[in-house]
Amino acid sequence: MKQIVIFTLLFSSICYSQSNSISEKASFKVLGVCEMCEERIEKETIKLKGVKYADWDILSNNISIIYNSKKIDLDKIHRHISLLGHSTEKYKAPQETYNSLPDCCRYETIDPH
Amino acid sequence: MKKIVFLSLFFWLLSYKLSYSQNFIIGTIYYEDSLGEKLPLSGVSVFWENTTIGTLSDLDGNYKVPFSNSSNRLLFKYLGFKDQIIQYSNQSTINITMIEDENILDEVILNKKQKTIQKSYFKTQNIINVSSEELLKAACCNISESFETNPSIDVNYSNSITGTKQVKMLGLESPYLLITEENIPMIRGASQVYGLSFIPGTWVESMQITKGSGSVTNGFESISGQINVELNKPFSDSPFFINIYSNNMGRNEINLHSNKIINDKLSSGLYIHANKNDHILDNNNDGFLDHPISEALNLFNRWQYINPSKGTVIFLGYRFMSDKKEIGENTKDKVFIRESWLGEINTKRFDSNFKIGYVNPSIPYQSLGFQMAYSYHNQDSFFGKRNYLINQKSFYSSIMYNSIIGSTLNKIKLGLNYSYDDYDELFNRVSIDMISSSQRIDNSIGGFFEYSYDSLDEISLVAGIRYDFHNNLGNFFTPRLHLRYQPFEKSVIRLSAGTGRKASNVISENQNIFATGREIFLPKNVGKFYGLAPEKAFNYGVSFRQGFDINNRQGDVTIDYYVTDFDNQVVVDWEAQGEVSFYNLKGNSYAKSLQVDLEYEFNDNFYLKSTYKNYNVKKQYKTGFFQSPLTPKNRFFTNIEASTNTKKNGSKWKFDLTYNWIGKQRIPKHNLSLVKGFSNSYSLLNSQITKVFSKKFELYLGGENISNYKQDKPVLGGYPFGTDFDTSIVYAPLHGSLFYIGLRLKS
Repeated sequence: MKQIVIFTLLFSSICYSQSNSISEKASFKVLGVCEMCEERIEKETIKLKGVKYADWDILSNNISIIYNSKKIDLDKIHRHISLLGHSTEKYKAPQETYNSLPDCCRYETIDPH
Repeated sequence: MKKIVFLSLFFWLLSYKLSYSQNFIIGTIYYEDSLGEKLPLSGVSVFWENTTIGTLSDLDGNYKVPFSNSSNRLLFKYLGFKDQIIQYSNQSTINITMIEDENILDEVILNKKQKTIQKSYFKTQNIINVSSEELLKAACCNISESFETNPSIDVNYSNSITGTKQVKMLGLESPYLLITEENIPMIRGASQVYGLSFIPGTWVESMQITKGSGSVTNGFESISGQINVELNKPFSDSPFFINIYSNNMGRNEINLHSNKIINDKLSSGLYIHANKNDHILDNNNDGFLDHPISEALNLFNRWQYINPSKGTVIFLGYRFMSDKKEIGENTKDKVFIRESWLGEINTKRFDSNFKIGYVNPSIPYQSLGFQMAYSYHNQDSFFGKRNYLINQKSFYSSIMYNSIIGSTLNKIKLGLNYSYDDYDELFNRVSIDMISSSQRIDNSIGGFFEYSYDSLDEISLVAGIRYDFHNNLGNFFTPRLHLRYQPFEKSVIRLSAGTGRKASNVISENQNIFATGREIFLPKNVGKFYGLAPEKAFNYGVSFRQGFDINNRQGDVTIDYYVTDFDNQVVVDWEAQGEVSFYNLKGNSYAKSLQVDLEYEFNDNFYLKSTYKNYNVKKQYKTGFFQSPLTPKNRFFTNIEASTNTKKNGSKWKFDLTYNWIGKQRIPKHNLSLVKGFSNSYSLLNSQITKVFSKKFELYLGGENISNYKQDKPVLGGYPFGTDFDTSIVYAPLHGSLFYIGLRLKS
């Protein structure tokens, strides 16, 4: 019985440390239209060092992120995404990069319902 | 037995009582095509405004969404269509037609028909998903027969009197496959031969077939592949379903499903299967029944609890099965001066399982799963003067934790499995007096770790390792590796390698030895494994898939090459007449399998699959090194699937045609056999026509072995108690053409 208690405490403390002390969560708007946008945004965001989880929702245009705040700050994530051609709440995408997006990803001209 | 039936009915009635109030909204979502025809729209998100309570519409445009207290506005969203909001005011059904949003996309493909057998470009392992739609193609009766329209798996008769079909993959028999039911090892040990026939086809939601060594998470047993069967879930299965089947050989079947959604978290399903065949048939005039007189009852009750806000899922299920087969000589139409040869196979089985899964709602990449299962299997049988009794009690439990390292590009799974099997068997090696018996307890605990990397583009990898402590097999590592490389969008190469082991239950896996006059030779006549060593093999393979577009229609070519190399194997030697010997492999044994698939969709209503297979299965027998008997070297398969357009009321016709060509097979020597050396190659033709009247009702009609090819003289030997009596040499169908008819009704 004692062992089970110790094991459970140990296990939950691992989970706790993993989820709370390092990880932070954030959610913000990233403009985009289609599944191609989704693939681009998620793939390039998750590859950033320090980002643990990235999920962008087509319908709401919201990205949910879990990241290690010691390795990366939120501002950098915003900037990185905007440089892909997708404007975020904080940064507008450079016009040149935006222009290079495929037609179906042009969120400025296509009304994302 | 009766008690269990009553108990199930009681629980089921209770679930009716609990669910007196309406707790969900259902409906169908349509869109209008360019001609103004209303067609169902799948994949539409349906959810309550400002909540996460929602669902997606299915292939037929149907959805079912639980009520929410926090919103009364139901939102319908689909890319390329305008959002629609419906104010809820006590209606139980909401049907809706989505309107296209002209501004968004011109070239969205709206009605992409889902393939019934799906191969993925993105999964690391070579996994083929088989949908319930595909299972309908072989209307009869259980999953061992459902593989007849699937080119990756071969179905053979195991002997000429029990009517049992056995599956093979990569040229190896089903014992070398790990067959799991919702990831719990299921068909093994005592249930190996008849187990697949105990799972009714309509109970199955989908199946996943893994070629080559599978994942380490389910144990060390898989050698040539894995088949996982997902059963219907009460929450998503239709509330009511009935299937009736009848064929001209006297077989009648009924399947009944009833699912109750008790509240937005709890649901329950009751599934009943019964079949009966009391037709005495001896069309080939050999004095033996062409198929057993049989009856079976299969009952399953399961409960599902889902709480999305807490991230928990719980399943609880229990099942009871009883199956009775009478085999042997036709005593009704013939009078015997001597004693007649009769047999009986009675099986009873009880299963129960419990699963709980937890996904941390705030950290979606972390989850924890626990499952446990208990089963009791008892087979009491006799074949002429030989008895065979086997009893197996099993307990299985596993715990698995999923998480990431760094980011979701690097996923890990780690966990433990515990398994306990208690076997007790007894049989006669020749006649009443030569008895062999074995009692054994297998006990094992193992830990596994599986790492997967996915670069989200060209490369992904799954590397797993497990270490097991086994009371009879010793302590050992099981490593497995899978790699996927996708250099271009439509080209993918997969590599896999891994080891597998198995404690062989030689007698229960080879029950076709009993309906023969052969004397059984084992290294030892008593003891745990009768003196046979555990089997161990290494499997490796490569798969290449290339997709193409012709006339804007998709197709693909897949080439698979897999090799299973045995370190040790229990060789079953049928080469000498009147004998069957089991011994440990001395020398080489391998199974090399090459499969080339071609698939092409001519148009929305016409689909073609074609396969060529080459098996090179050789092992060292005492008398030499040669191809396993009754294993064709070459096979060819073609399936054509066609349908008419779906009308407004959902009605349509579906046609299915399967052609199989089976190459020559090596026949073990027998002085009474009509075939010496090799059998001739032959062709088989199966077809089915389904008339769908509406989403709720359909009728089907089909034929198996339409070209009427059958084996001459499948029962050898004039005197069934003599040493030359043999029913094990079966290379072709026993029946001539078979026709069936049936219906499906659901609500």
